[in-house]
Amino acid sequence: MAGAIDLKDIFFVEAEELLSALEEGLRAIQTGAQEADTVNAVFRAVHSIKGGAGAFDLKPLVNFAHRFETVLDALRGGQLQPEPALLGALLHASDHLADMIGASRNGSETDPELDERVILALEAQAGMGGHKEEEAFVFEPLALDGPFGMDLSALPLASLQRKVVLTFRPHSGAFASGHDPAFLLRDLCGTDEVEIELDQTALPAPGGFDPGQSYLGWTITLQTERSDRELLAVFDFIEGNCDLHLEAEMETPPDPDGTLPEPNRAPSPVVTASAPVTPPPKPVAAPKAPDAPAATSPQPAASASAASTGPRPTIRVDIDRVDRLVDILGELVIHQAMLTEAIEQSPGFGSVEVDRSLDQLRQLSRQIQESVMAIRAQPVKPLFDRMHRIVREASMAAGKSARLVTEGENTEVDKTIIERLADPLTHMIRNSVDHGLEKPARRDEIGKPTEGVVKLSAAHRSGRIVITVQDDGGGIDRDKVRQIAIEKGLVPPNAELSPQEIDALLFLPGFSTATEVSALSGRGVGMDVVRSEIAGLGGRVGIASVRGQGTTLTISLPLTLAVLDGMVFEAAGQTLVLPVSTIIETLRPDIMMRHTLGRTDSVLDVRGRCLPLIDVGAALGFRRTLKPGEGEIVVVVERGDDGAIALMVDGIRDQRQVVIKGLEANYGQIPGIAAATVLGDGSVALIVDPSDLEAIGPNPPRPNVFLAAE
Amino acid sequence: MSLRILAIDDSLTMREMLRQTLTEAGFDVVLAEDGIDGLTQLPDVAPDLILTDLNMPNMDGFGLIEAVRAGDVAPRVPILVLTTESAATLKERARQAGATGWITKPFDEHSLVSTIRRVAAV
Repeated sequence: MAGAIDLKDIFFVEAEELLSALEEGLRAIQTGAQEADTVNAVFRAVHSIKGGAGAFDLKPLVNFAHRFETVLDALRGGQLQPEPALLGALLHASDHLADMIGASRNGSETDPELDERVILALEAQAGMGGHKEEEAFVFEPLALDGPFGMDLSALPLASLQRKVVLTFRPHSGAFASGHDPAFLLRDLCGTDEVEIELDQTALPAPGGFDPGQSYLGWTITLQTERSDRELLAVFDFIEGNCDLHLEAEMETPPDPDGTLPEPNRAPSPVVTASAPVTPPPKPVAAPKAPDAPAATSPQPAASASAASTGPRPTIRVDIDRVDRLVDILGELVIHQAMLTEAIEQSPGFGSVEVDRSLDQLRQLSRQIQESVMAIRAQPVKPLFDRMHRIVREASMAAGKSARLVTEGENTEVDKTIIERLADPLTHMIRNSVDHGLEKPARRDEIGKPTEGVVKLSAAHRSGRIVITVQDDGGGIDRDKVRQIAIEKGLVPPNAELSPQEIDALLFLPGFSTATEVSALSGRGVGMDVVRSEIAGLGGRVGIASVRGQGTTLTISLPLTLAVLDGMVFEAAGQTLVLPVSTIIETLRPDIMMRHTLGRTDSVLDVRGRCLPLIDVGAALGFRRTLKPGEGEIVVVVERGDDGAIALMVDGIRDQRQVVIKGLEANYGQIPGIAAATVLGDGSVALIVDPSDLEAIGPNPPRPNVFLAAE
Repeated sequence: MSLRILAIDDSLTMREMLRQTLTEAGFDVVLAEDGIDGLTQLPDVAPDLILTDLNMPNMDGFGLIEAVRAGDVAPRVPILVLTTESAATLKERARQAGATGWITKPFDEHSLVSTIRRVAAV
């Protein structure tokens, strides 16, 4: 079947949703926040996973889900109480179910012994013996396909024909269950030669006739090769709603499947009226059941309904198509800039119409951009939901008690960013549980609740997305951090460090504070990895901590990875771009505002606040010293959480939207440079990352960069 | 005119499967997500047959069958239950509610189509 692969994809997407509904429901039950339907919803989630898995013949998954569902059914029915131990086992089973689905999505399977252990643990907790299940779950679809739609032209040998007499009388209420005797009779006849006799003796007098009741009976005589079982199968559904009797002249012949077919006999149903009172069934059925299903179909609304097949007008689109749209949009923005530049330089420029049209074009392309970004934007909820499991596992492994509280789950973030946030966020959460929270005994000692809280929140703040991971643990032990950093040679022993600087040491490569290195946070993979992953998204990580009260990690990210508002400026003959969102102000400073620190460093006094002063041209290695007329303009930009730096530039060109072109894929990471872009004149300009510039310092080694624009 | 089927299932996978299978078989398919959705669409769709899941949020299959049978839009339309359940008690409950027939999931395409043809008689 052509669509089979797509269907499986749909199943996995749906399973993902069902899994989070399952987990969310179980958590709600655990915290007592459940609503009336929560247990049902949890049951349905597992049930639907079982149904879908069955459709794709994923047997281990079906078996696991079936047994899981049996426990949930008992919980739903009140035979089981949602005690903490049972909920723990249920959550564990739900985590394992997620693993199983993840594995089958990748075309593999989880260890069957582990599957069995997890489900047995759940069944033991629920007081159910895994094997005393009354019957194993069977995949076999009900054998419904009788002779219908099968190849009836391939009739078996004539000698197997026999005479069968069937009497059939629907109960008076049979129509109410949607049965139509006319259909059944037609099915029964198939291609055989039949005689049908109508019994209308039960018809009431005209006055007492109810069209909703069935009054008729039939005696059908068939010359057939079909077995009794096959003939009776026609009446499967109406069974219990009719009187049915079968009398055969000869014993049931073997099923026709194995016998040799005869050449086509061009059979057609032959209905012989054996008595004047026996009309073919159809005309009889029609008047007595005027609103039988066959008669209901021609309704005027039928055509209108085809268009409105669902109440919610949403479509699912392949992400590649949206990405393609974003790419094209990027090109559009570049060409719009080129066009604007070309027109502005042409002799005819200055006409009001042209100016207005250009302005309109600019606005339209911005609107398209916003609309496309809105398509890719998704709430962070699924990502946040996954973190509950991380907290569960991390706290169990570390012998701690912790719960995750989430906030702002509906904050929408570009899908690409969400995907790339999963790893760093997982790491940060594990860190919070592992290193942030105290052990329950310790918490008890100092009067905190034994259960620690990790709070994960998301919010939009001034054109950026801010995600925080906050724990209520012991905070950073700065003396210890400092000592470790000195031991590891990361800072000189006599270094004077501010609390913020000490906290920042945690982000240095190879730093690990846990005295006992746990299996979870691992060795070597530290916050430096988190930092570089976030930096790869154009974001920053900050850390703040209060001793005894906890630590807060903050990620700040751009809304999109595709386009940014940039300020185009010149430094050392280069055209560069600064993200507008980072710019606080632009000024032309007086010489008196500048103060020198030591031999090379200088600061700028901006209304009493001293900011590090950095020459962008020198920081990026384009020049060593300033010539007269250079570096006279200062752009104050924010870096990280609180501070700001002053950047010396030679001139400011304009402000515009620029399309971000990553450098990593084609060149590599350059300190101080976030990405590149193509300007209106076709030249390449580098996008400066101010927070990184400061780290390079004013006199860096000269980076090996040669610009295409030169 | 092709047979019009209202297929009700809360699982997207199942709906998509039914849509593909039934459309390929030449039926006209309208999908609904749960009992309430199915019931809401019923007057517009005027189906020749309803195919419904049992376990669904908002209104389950039993509720739907009872509502259709008790309503005056299409009280006699054949209703086939399509579900992973195979317990005899549930089958009996569905029969009591007024279901016309029963198909156990996972269905095989051929038997699903032939059962529909048989019940709605094409």
